Amino acid sequence: MTPSPVIVGADLACELGGKLIFSQLDLHIPRGSFVGIFGPNGAGKTSLFRILLGLIPLQGGTLQILDSDLHAARTQIGYVSQSEPKEAEGRLSVAAFVGAAWRGERWGFSWRPQALNQAVRSALELINAAHLASRPLQSLSGGQRQRARIAQALVNPARILLLDEPLNNLDPRSQQQLLHSAKALAQEKGLTVLMTGHDINPLLPYMDYVVYMANGKGRMGTINDLLTTPLLSEIYGTPVTVSEQNGILCIRVGDGFSPETICHCHEPGAQP
Amino acid sequence: MIMGQEYAFMRHALAAGTAIGAVSAAVGYFVTLRRQAFAAHALSHVGFTGAAGAILLGLNPYVGLFAITFLAALGLAWSGQRLSERDVSVGMILMFALGLGVLFLNLYTANATAAMSILFGSIVAVTIGQAWLSVGVAIAVMVLLAAIVRPLLYMSLNEEAAAGRGVPIKLLNAVFLGLLAVTVAIAVPVIGALLIFALLVGPPAAAQLLSKNVLTGILLAAGLGVSETWAGMGCSYYFGYPASTWIASLSFFVYLGATFVGPWRERWDDGSSSPKKAA
Repeated sequence: MTPSPVIVGADLACELGGKLIFSQLDLHIPRGSFVGIFGPNGAGKTSLFRILLGLIPLQGGTLQILDSDLHAARTQIGYVSQSEPKEAEGRLSVAAFVGAAWRGERWGFSWRPQALNQAVRSALELINAAHLASRPLQSLSGGQRQRARIAQALVNPARILLLDEPLNNLDPRSQQQLLHSAKALAQEKGLTVLMTGHDINPLLPYMDYVVYMANGKGRMGTINDLLTTPLLSEIYGTPVTVSEQNGILCIRVGDGFSPETICHCHEPGAQP
Repeated sequence: MIMGQEYAFMRHALAAGTAIGAVSAAVGYFVTLRRQAFAAHALSHVGFTGAAGAILLGLNPYVGLFAITFLAALGLAWSGQRLSERDVSVGMILMFALGLGVLFLNLYTANATAAMSILFGSIVAVTIGQAWLSVGVAIAVMVLLAAIVRPLLYMSLNEEAAAGRGVPIKLLNAVFLGLLAVTVAIAVPVIGALLIFALLVGPPAAAQLLSKNVLTGILLAAGLGVSETWAGMGCSYYFGYPASTWIASLSFFVYLGATFVGPWRERWDDGSSSPKKAA
């Protein structure tokens, strides 16, 4: 039985500065699922996150998050953006960085240091980063820094985690470790994880669903349902070839080289 | 008596210096965290223009300082959210303000000392009224900063996530720039428009090197700000030369010391042999 959906969107449309970014996007994301969102630059991946967070208005369609009103639901979303850490920020300890978000929307000082420390510890443990608590951010590797940022996103109670291109600039090993942790959050903690990216390869073994966005359109489905020649050709508006060679799934877009789309390889049925 | 406290002017200077040293460093902690040092720099120069304009009109320089820096802060808050957009806006406002400042100085050449004190500060010239004003404004800024500290910190580190959780980013940015403006307005007569970084950036930057925690970082910055101001005044009293020079020099050397001590402290905390240990 499929878990109840946490995000249901019908015919979603997004415009920025009068320009249509995407339309006709339907989402039906079950609780505890891991969803990868792909597409070229400007396809609307980050804009979709910003719509979910309420930072930009929806231009069309209907959106339901966590079966409650959007304002309340959005407080249950943890978000890790693409931004690079600032110089002064890098000198903070991981615990201070994570704790800065704890009930950060409230006014005045927090007079509950024990509750803050407990929340920080729990968030770091969720992402297997408790051992980093006293380290300055600037001393961390790229993968560790992303863990700290995810912990910050989870320091307030969250049921949905949005990760905007968290694998950028990470080596393959760090990518795998981060993906493994994110998948564990979905499988073991029931968190619904949405992750954007350009390279689908590292995510293939972990994803339950894929959202492909291109040419002002988007489509959601399972890997096997969506990664087909007719569907991807329709989404991209150009011939796309999905083929299987020696048990490896390959996606080829047009004739040109496009790092984010050319030759995504996947062994069907492979599990993490 | 320590440092000439038998003199009224020294008592006024110590009161104003304490208040300004503490509040500048506390506000400055967020200036450095939010990478708004250029905005602080511009506001001090805008303040110089405001003060010079007020002198030209025969008004109290503080009137011009407060009015113009506050208006400039509102203009910056309105002009753009993104750092890159803001940098251009700040540059434009700075250019326009400095041009006017030069004009005002050119038109009013009778009191060159007043202009010099705006540019380089003159803490021993602080009157009892100015001292009270500095203390009052500093307390008000501290109270307001304490009221907004959590959402301000959150949005400084992760603006989009903070916005998603309902933090009013534009309003908070405007309020913070307003606090920065009035802090600059009370600090300029003490340290000078050209040396404002000595109190607004030096102590918090040193504190950030020495403390990995936000609250202790703010308190340490405030402590350094007050200590450097007092030490600067003491050096000026005993050895001569302007207090601003001493304060700026102390601010620089304390920061320089922190760049050496910070990594050592980090290494001590980690218990490792490398201060930049990365797994």
